[in-house]
Amino acid sequence: MTATGALAGLGRPVLAAFAAIGRVAMFAGAIVGHILRPPFYFRELGHSLMQIGWFSLPVVGLTAIFTGGALALQIYAGGARFNAESVVPSIVAIGMTRELGPVLGGLMVAARVASSIAAEIGTMKVTEQIDALVTLSTNPLKYLAVPRVLAATLAMPFLVATGDAIGIMGGWLVGITRLDFNSATYLKNTIDFLEAWDVGSGLVKGAVFGFIVALMGCYHGMNSARGAQGVGRATKSAVVSASVLILAANYVLTELFFTS
Amino acid sequence: MITLAAVTKTFGSNQVLRGVDLTIASGTSMVIIGGSGTGKSVLLKCILGLVHHDSGSITLDGQDVTKADRDAFLARFGMLFQGGALFDSLRVWENVAFRLMRGAKALPKAEAREAAIEKLRRVGLKPEVADLFPAELSGGMQKRVGLARAIAAEPEIIFFDEPTTGLDPIMAGVINDLIREIVVEMGATAMTITHDMTSVRAIADNVAMLHGGKIRWTGPVSEMDATSDPYVQQFIHGRAEGPIESVR
Repeated sequence: MTATGALAGLGRPVLAAFAAIGRVAMFAGAIVGHILRPPFYFRELGHSLMQIGWFSLPVVGLTAIFTGGALALQIYAGGARFNAESVVPSIVAIGMTRELGPVLGGLMVAARVASSIAAEIGTMKVTEQIDALVTLSTNPLKYLAVPRVLAATLAMPFLVATGDAIGIMGGWLVGITRLDFNSATYLKNTIDFLEAWDVGSGLVKGAVFGFIVALMGCYHGMNSARGAQGVGRATKSAVVSASVLILAANYVLTELFFTS
Repeated sequence: MITLAAVTKTFGSNQVLRGVDLTIASGTSMVIIGGSGTGKSVLLKCILGLVHHDSGSITLDGQDVTKADRDAFLARFGMLFQGGALFDSLRVWENVAFRLMRGAKALPKAEAREAAIEKLRRVGLKPEVADLFPAELSGGMQKRVGLARAIAAEPEIIFFDEPTTGLDPIMAGVINDLIREIVVEMGATAMTITHDMTSVRAIADNVAMLHGGKIRWTGPVSEMDATSDPYVQQFIHGRAEGPIESVR
């Protein structure tokens, strides 16, 4: 292989990656641009809030309670090496609110919601329902994508807040049943060491992750190739890209919020 | 009147339309025939702006469709899609009344529902169907609902993409009759894509055959059988032998 051939081989995927980033950015810009412009589809927004927010509660809650419990056990085991077992309540609370609540909640919602949005919109595309929307003078981006993205962005902070509370409760349950913590002391330590920004930063992360999840679902669904295979690929791409972007955005937001 | 002049469209290395010239007079029913993959649906989507043509011009009553006000332009059209393209998440009446409940002239919900039930009745469906979801309907019923949706806003121009594909001959006949009746009753301009020669004879005033990315032949349906064009003859008689290559 010649040097130019090798460079071309390297350059092609890089160019493709930048082109994809550009397309996603333009798609996101178009959605944001439509959010405040009429017509508004309140029924679709309400439906999306139920689908994305309410019906994700069980999976987010289960994830949080087990994560909170496991976190308490790990911190206790690790803290015992430094005679610092008493930090369990505060570290569980900070860990859940700043990181694990939003990140794990975001990943679970990505698995559940990005896939379903991509599959639904992808199927609509291959069955010409999106073309039908256009012929009925309805902008598919506005009708399908805007309510879902808005709903996910609004619902995720509530899901994260719920996940935080359940996760802290999971840690408390393990603390008082397995680690011999006094219930009142555990709760007092949790409250004393938790700051408003610990919770607030997680909620902001949640909103960003919600936006990413729905954006990826809508983008891949709208760009789905024909046939069942095309819809399957769109669904897979939506979940993978949403998950990776959540982790990347989490790092960036953590840098922004907690390093100065 | 819809006029297409030298319309071309290429997908990658595949040049689907190679200079289509066609005129569809107002109030007439034009049927486009041609083999699978010859670009009939692409042609129709180019007119609607669902697919952007590469060159040539498409005008509606003398106005370039690419420069027309999009909402006003689309408000003049109704379309029956090949697979129905009904919205799965909406009830039948909501599908039919979709356009009626949106825009500046949106009807209140109760009125839109009444109008949808009236259109369903027009295509031979009972009011009980209105509250079902599309997945609960047979293929023939879905086509009728699609037809009701296409005519709900009483458009000036209606497109039918393979209206009888996948239907049994009796249901296909019912759909053909409905299309003909509705087009005549509304005085609409119709453009239909089909392979089904029974549909052609039932629906068409004029026929155009698309082959090799161009209009091979066009004329009144009454002259179709008498044409000496070997491509048209092979197609309308369904012969395997002839100038149109068939893959075996």
